[in-house]
Amino acid sequence: MIRRLIAVWHARNLEFLRDRGSLLFTLVLPLSIILGIGFIFGGPSRPLFTVGVLGGPAALAHNRFAHTRYVRFLPVASQQAGLRAVRRDHIALLLAPGHPLRFWVNTHSPKSYIVEKLLRAADPGAVRLPVSGRQIRYVDWLFPGILAMNMMFSCLFGVGYVVLRYRQSGFLKRLHATPLTAFEFLSAQVLSRLAIILVITAVLYTVVGAMLHFHDAGNLALLLLIAVLGALAMIALGLTVAARLASEELVNGLLNLLTWPMVMLSGAWFSLAGAPRWLRWIAAALPLTQLLHAARAVMLYGAGMGTVAPNLIYLAVVTLVFLGIGAASFKWRI
Amino acid sequence: MSLPILEVRDLVKRYPPVTAVDGLSFQVLPGMCFGLLGPNGAGKTTTMEIMEGILAPSSGSVSYRGEALGERFREEAGILFQATALQHFLTVRQSLALFRGLYARGRDIDELLRLCSLEALAGRDNRKLSGGQRQRLLLAIALVNDPTVLFLDEPTTGLDPQARRNFWELVRSVKEQGKTIILTTHYMDEAELLCDQIAIVDHGRIIAQGEPRRLLREHFAAVLLEFPRAAFPPAARTLPLQLLETDERIEITTDDLDATLRTLIGAGVPLASLRMRPPNLEDLFLELTGHELRA
Repeated sequence: MIRRLIAVWHARNLEFLRDRGSLLFTLVLPLSIILGIGFIFGGPSRPLFTVGVLGGPAALAHNRFAHTRYVRFLPVASQQAGLRAVRRDHIALLLAPGHPLRFWVNTHSPKSYIVEKLLRAADPGAVRLPVSGRQIRYVDWLFPGILAMNMMFSCLFGVGYVVLRYRQSGFLKRLHATPLTAFEFLSAQVLSRLAIILVITAVLYTVVGAMLHFHDAGNLALLLLIAVLGALAMIALGLTVAARLASEELVNGLLNLLTWPMVMLSGAWFSLAGAPRWLRWIAAALPLTQLLHAARAVMLYGAGMGTVAPNLIYLAVVTLVFLGIGAASFKWRI
Repeated sequence: MSLPILEVRDLVKRYPPVTAVDGLSFQVLPGMCFGLLGPNGAGKTTTMEIMEGILAPSSGSVSYRGEALGERFREEAGILFQATALQHFLTVRQSLALFRGLYARGRDIDELLRLCSLEALAGRDNRKLSGGQRQRLLLAIALVNDPTVLFLDEPTTGLDPQARRNFWELVRSVKEQGKTIILTTHYMDEAELLCDQIAIVDHGRIIAQGEPRRLLREHFAAVLLEFPRAAFPPAARTLPLQLLETDERIEITTDDLDATLRTLIGAGVPLASLRMRPPNLEDLFLELTGHELRA
């Protein structure tokens, strides 16, 4: 039994080691994830909470609260901008220095709750002011991110893997012997996955939205347009990865290499507001970031076409570029 | 004489350092069944795939009705690969419908199911077919556009004898409809039964070409005598006869049966285990390539 086990074990090891691309990726992928996470979250004592200060942190210098560790104080230009940030849960509190210290708080935010406790401990005389208008819960903020991430995984893996399997099995070669063109084949894949993911997303949106008592602030038609363009960009990306490769593990590695940074950097889980500028540039280039930005703007803040147009244009351009690359480099056979 | 429907000129395909196809030229006339014969690795499938337009040659050309392979060819050619994968989770009928949808014109699916004896299997998942059933489905797919030219690459390899005969009957009925067929095989009985013209290919070159019967006549005398090797006295191997030794048999070909038999009897060769038959393509193949079919 052991002899047979060793024979199979050995053959599988050889197969894996000889597939250079896959080998590279099993090393590169975890390394880049670890380094990436280390870079984003690492470094000396990163602040846990962000607090906005009208007139800038200097105005707060004499207050004990200003010396609280792990709280970052950001200058806020106007009360209006500050209140918007509180409502969107981007900052935990908005402070107006003076005697007494006044502050605004998002009553739905766990972060606001904790920072308010810290503030009261440091300055019991501070005056709490209500925030008018709709406040965003963390789960509301997360909801578009979950939908968008599901869309990304389904489009990238769903399309990439299927095309790869067709190529490996020789089904693509058989199709090549018919009048079917690469463009027609790829378009069919795109449209099929688009229809599937739109139905799935609509069901998730309805069911999970109802469970969360999510109230959509925006126009559903615009949201549908965002979903279509976002899904198209992801599918195009998946097709480009699978356009000519024939190794399962290499495609798997590449798809992971694409999805992980998007999961981490798109802002699906947490805002990158405090991250270094270059990292935010990279994040902005990711299709998921653009999709999510537009979806949140519409779902949470009721933004109109004018606000999300740049995101939509970017997604459309990404789609065309990747479909072009995919079709041009497409291989029917191994 | 009619114009060739397919013409292959000076075809070369290199996979450095190997030259898989080394300067092949031949013509296929309409309505003919043309057989490419040869051992494994002879270059048959490579030649076929170039002719099917899915593999680019290193040099040389293939023309269909006098034009380079193009849209018209793709519409009018039917193809059965040596190993064809189908899309998963589709039934026999759905698989046919998929391919029917890729062509501008073609045959009715029910008619194809009937032609290829697939009616009872129409609702079955294509992964749950036996070897013979699957091959019939693939033939039906190859016929879905009612092609003028049909390419069959080793269509009966791996089938049991009954399934092979069944498949040959199908091919003959297709041929009767006036379709041109290009067939590769390493079964000589298949070629003898189906082909009007054959080309025997080895090491990427044609080593013999023509009608099977004419080729046999050219290369062989009328009769072939076969002895089991063990039953043939070693001393008799030096007799002045056209004698070919294989691992198991001694084969003697002759035009003058009486004289040959007298010689054998004179040399004391026991005739009890003698078999007499007309030479077939396999004999021709061995004669020309000088080796057994390479597996």
